[in-house]
Amino acid sequence: MSRELRLPSLGADMDAGTLVEWRVRPGSRVRKGEVMALVETDKGIIDLECFEDSTVERLLVEPGTRVAVGTALALLAGEAAPATQVGSGAEVTAPAVRASPAARVRARVLGVALEGLAGTGLGGAVTLEDVERVARTAAAVPVAGKAAGLRAAIAAAMSRSKREIPHYYVQLTIDFGPAAAWLGAYNAHRPPLERLLPAVLLLKATATAAREFPAFNGFYTAQGFESAAVVNLGVAIALRGGGVVAPALLDADRKPLAQLMPELQGLVERARRGHLRSGEAASATLTVTSLGEEGADAVLPVIHPPQVAMIGFGSVLERPWVVDGRIEVRPVLGASLAADHRVTDGRQGAQFLARIRDGLSKPEAL
Amino acid sequence: MTGSLESRVLALLTEVAPDVDAALVLPDVDFREQFDFDSMDVYNFAVAIHRALGIDVPERDYRELSSLSRCVAYLERARIARTSSSST
Repeated sequence: MSRELRLPSLGADMDAGTLVEWRVRPGSRVRKGEVMALVETDKGIIDLECFEDSTVERLLVEPGTRVAVGTALALLAGEAAPATQVGSGAEVTAPAVRASPAARVRARVLGVALEGLAGTGLGGAVTLEDVERVARTAAAVPVAGKAAGLRAAIAAAMSRSKREIPHYYVQLTIDFGPAAAWLGAYNAHRPPLERLLPAVLLLKATATAAREFPAFNGFYTAQGFESAAVVNLGVAIALRGGGVVAPALLDADRKPLAQLMPELQGLVERARRGHLRSGEAASATLTVTSLGEEGADAVLPVIHPPQVAMIGFGSVLERPWVVDGRIEVRPVLGASLAADHRVTDGRQGAQFLARIRDGLSKPEAL
Repeated sequence: MTGSLESRVLALLTEVAPDVDAALVLPDVDFREQFDFDSMDVYNFAVAIHRALGIDVPERDYRELSSLSRCVAYLERARIARTSSSST
């Protein structure tokens, strides 16, 4: 029984991509996680991974072709489940798409996927015009310059966020002293390769807290909010020369620090090389941005739709801090939460931030 | 000797940050200012130095890796210190 390998949406506002290269041929046996094709998107080249073992029957799209999300790229033989899936994020079941009957017929004819399409009709329903617009865009837009394409993708996602998501913000200043001391001792007797960056502690503390506060970890769609079964922690990665991408560290809450560090290193490297994997490109269930050593106290993030929260960390800075009624100099960290008011309120947000603080106060338990 | 160390450091630098043009690196300007070096770049740089030159730069000395001239001077000192300690 054959089924189609379709182009998945690899970002909130991705509606098309260019097939750059096939890594398989008809007859190829592919294993789960193997790269089947390279697809160029606004976020750079994405390695399209196979989601389960199967055999390639036929390739349907020539390299160099720009196709809409949902277009069949190849025919596969194997198990009955879909061949590609966008990371574990797809464990959040996709709701049925609202679309007019005319739109559905036209979408089938033009090969446009209704899933993930932003409808302009009543209640967000996809209309005939929506389908034709996407089909036109997919056919006509040339592959833009990398930086311009990325900037346009950021603009689209952030504009949608500010248009649709009623953000609220909560801030908390955290004593980073215990974490810094623990990290210094951990790194002191280890070779460079095995050392940890402070960012890894921040990510693990956030991921662990997210497991306990599922209302901040998941997706908001036309059907409302649904929390995710996993914590795929998006990491905002600044690219040299401008732009930012936020691929995910999969199952970040369940991995030890010594495993998260090389995974973060690999993620940053792939992001900067413009070569992310399909499983990590758009599967984040909650995202973290960390300003590192830039020197700002705090950052107030803009939520990446369809996610419902984002954590921002400022730089670790030495500041006066009151301990037992006395003032001491301590390394402190400004933590911020931007969250979706359709799902949670400030009180829960404050509790979520406090849980992250508690995690950082006992770094040995992370 | 310093000349060859400098070219090796430059090679490691461009390995860590492939988008950096070795010919355009200003020796006395902080890497962070020149090409947005961040803590992950410094981590990768220290790992590369350890692997290629056998010098284990402790974390407290990472600030010595902040520019080309500072880095070369530091590694030169580290090399001399290692040679003299191994000969005694």
